[in-house]
Amino acid sequence: MSYDYAKYLRKGKLPHIWCAGCSYGIVLKSLIRAIDSLQWDKNDVAIVSGIGCASRLPGYVDFNTLHTTHGRSIAFATGLKLANPKLNVLAMGGDGDMTAIGGNHFIHACRRNLDITIFVFNNNIYGMTGAQYSPTTPKGAWATTSPYGMAENNFNITDLAIGAGATYVARTTAYHVAHCEKTMKEAFLHKGTSVVEIINSCPTGFGRKNKFKTPASMLMWMKDNAVNIEKAKNMSPEELAGKFIIGVLHKVERPEYLETYDATVGLKK
Amino acid sequence: MAKKVEFMMGNHAVAEGALYAGCRFFGGYPITPSTEVAERMAERLPQVGGRFIQMEDEIAAMASVIGASIGGVKALTATSGPGLSLKQENLGYAMLCEIPVVAVDVMRGGPSTGMPTGPSQSDIMCAKWGTHGDHPVIAVTPASVQEQFEETVRAFNLAEKYRCPVIVLTDAIIGQMMEQIEIPEPGELEVIERPKPTCKPEEYLPFDLDKDFVPLAAFGSGYRYHITGLHHNSDGFPTNDPVLHTKNTKRLIERINKNYDDIVKVEEFMIDDAEVLVFAIGVTARSAKHAVVEARNAGIKAGLIRPLTIWPFPEKHLDKILSKNKIKGIVVPEMNLGQMTLEVQRVARGRCEVEGLYSLMLDPILPAEILEKIRRFV
Amino acid sequence: MAKAEKIEIIEKWCKGCEICVEFCPTGAIEMRDFKVAIKDLEKCTACMQCELRCPDFAIIVYKKEKE
Ligand SMILES: Cc1ncc(C[n+]2csc(CCOP(=O)(O)OP(=O)(O)O)c2C)c(N)n1
Ligand code: SF4
Ligand code: SF4
Ligand code: SF4
Ligand SMILES: [Mg+2]
Repeated sequence: MSYDYAKYLRKGKLPHIWCAGCSYGIVLKSLIRAIDSLQWDKNDVAIVSGIGCASRLPGYVDFNTLHTTHGRSIAFATGLKLANPKLNVLAMGGDGDMTAIGGNHFIHACRRNLDITIFVFNNNIYGMTGAQYSPTTPKGAWATTSPYGMAENNFNITDLAIGAGATYVARTTAYHVAHCEKTMKEAFLHKGTSVVEIINSCPTGFGRKNKFKTPASMLMWMKDNAVNIEKAKNMSPEELAGKFIIGVLHKVERPEYLETYDATVGLKK
Repeated sequence: MAKKVEFMMGNHAVAEGALYAGCRFFGGYPITPSTEVAERMAERLPQVGGRFIQMEDEIAAMASVIGASIGGVKALTATSGPGLSLKQENLGYAMLCEIPVVAVDVMRGGPSTGMPTGPSQSDIMCAKWGTHGDHPVIAVTPASVQEQFEETVRAFNLAEKYRCPVIVLTDAIIGQMMEQIEIPEPGELEVIERPKPTCKPEEYLPFDLDKDFVPLAAFGSGYRYHITGLHHNSDGFPTNDPVLHTKNTKRLIERINKNYDDIVKVEEFMIDDAEVLVFAIGVTARSAKHAVVEARNAGIKAGLIRPLTIWPFPEKHLDKILSKNKIKGIVVPEMNLGQMTLEVQRVARGRCEVEGLYSLMLDPILPAEILEKIRRFV
Repeated sequence: MAKAEKIEIIEKWCKGCEICVEFCPTGAIEMRDFKVAIKDLEKCTACMQCELRCPDFAIIVYKKEKE
């Protein structure tokens, strides 16, 4: 046994609801290891999610967990953090949850720079409702609502976060388990709003109809197409065509919202 | 000791009432005619150790106050019609997840952007049925600046006592007007603090389906549990069992219904021997009271029923009067096209005539108009 | 020489996604009736790929104590 997850898993909740081969279970393990490596008291951790397959994650872990409404996890998390700044607050959800219905909260959280962590589980599809296209579905890809191929342009989630002012922005994948764990840890430690896009796979909704034969092949696609940012620096645009970059894409220090607010208003403690 | 008397705006009185009740978080989004609540809270909260945030929209505002309440802090949001519409999904979340919060709706003319500065009472049904599904609702209806303060305190108390969202349903006239108000001394009005669970964390059942009330543990207090807007079991985890879904929904509705006497507050004015009733809330009730007095002066036995709680609907009060007195008719003046009238008719069950007096004219309904309706019944 | 003492399979959690089998570099495990099964424990190098990548917490590899 390389790691015992039992300490953080709620008893009697497995098997989880995710489909066979859904990468969310793999990311859940990276998340547990990341939090464990921080040695945080479980009572001081809150995980807030929206609605979707990804958003079911909090139910499985033994923290303060809040499964909210579709797209709204960040807004709930904002109130929670302001009420109790001692909590380490993670807001998380799928690509649809965070960048479609929750897109407004997402950009404004990046702008405010409140000390919370945001994970976007990007599987390029609305998994839970049965494979409708999301803001990150690639052009031309099949979805039940793009049966002729996706006609819309898609979001680059990390560009969106950087543009909106997030102070830590990174990308990782479900395949790169150690990298995923390390990135999550860094994001948790960053002071201010940190955003991590985690490339995930939905074999049921996306994979089957988009020429991925098996769940493992979707993970292998991540392996074959992810380029570490350090390596990417020495690659030409031609070499990078069709690839995506993983690693820390943006990191700056900027005054954190709560500290700024409390100081600005002269909060009487 | 002389009372502290101030000349205050209705919306500011809501804010002051909230602070008196121990509210230490406000999440909002500006909208006429409610904005002064937010402005006052932005200024005042830091002075008492609380925090204010202007969120990106009303959906976020509602979410933020629920989040803050889960963090253990009493929280307020304020809005008007369009914002109330946006808050609805999360209001339902607070109902199902039993999170105490207070939301103020300063009613203006709707639907849609409607009449931004025009007073109205047309969100009565929206307050009750705006969110989907079967659910309990408490809504209080102040009619003066003094009551804006006191009813906000009461709203917080009810929210804590029954672990639910409470709506302060007021209108643009009461919210915007300046009036003299006696500021209650600390301790003068009851303020209910949130109880903390006393059981061992591992025994905590945050939504115990077999209990009326379980204290809500704050996140971070050592009770780690799960909250979900999916139907859930006593331990908070989702369940698809329709029996449990039915049980919990009924439990939540019953919790409010069986505490009717504690929750429903009604001012009954001159009803002992009344033969004609006027049933009115908020600004309209002020005119109605004048009309009743004038009717009495003219020898007509009129009386006023003025709910300070409109949801749950004050049907026991109304029913009692209808079975005791020989009522010839009930006049229901309201600044909409007949929302409350429907409820009064339902409770009257044909025992007397019920006549609505509706107006969308943005000015308060005048005593003379109400008096004219009263006269028709004699 | 086998490097693994034992491979524990929690059958009720295994959803038969085959990720572990496809990532196993040695062929020590295989699919049987839509669940993972041990094919040849001797082949296992205790590389932990299967355990690390199983989304369902369903396969655990116990390394042999150092001899
Ligand atoms: C207000 C609202 N609209 C729509 C839905 C239906 N719905 C549930 S999950 C979901 C999409 C989830 O997609 P994503 O966020 O990408 O998560 P995934 O399931 O892929 O993990 C939708 C549209 C809902 N629950 N609430
Ligand atoms: S539908 Fe897709 S995202 Fe949802 S559990 Fe199944 S594989 Fe995962
Ligand atoms: S530990 Fe490595 S070699 Fe052994 S079964 Fe697992 S993947 Fe195969
Ligand atoms: S990866 Fe896990 S769930 Fe998938 S087949 Fe292997 S043991 Fe079963
Ligand atoms: Mg998705």
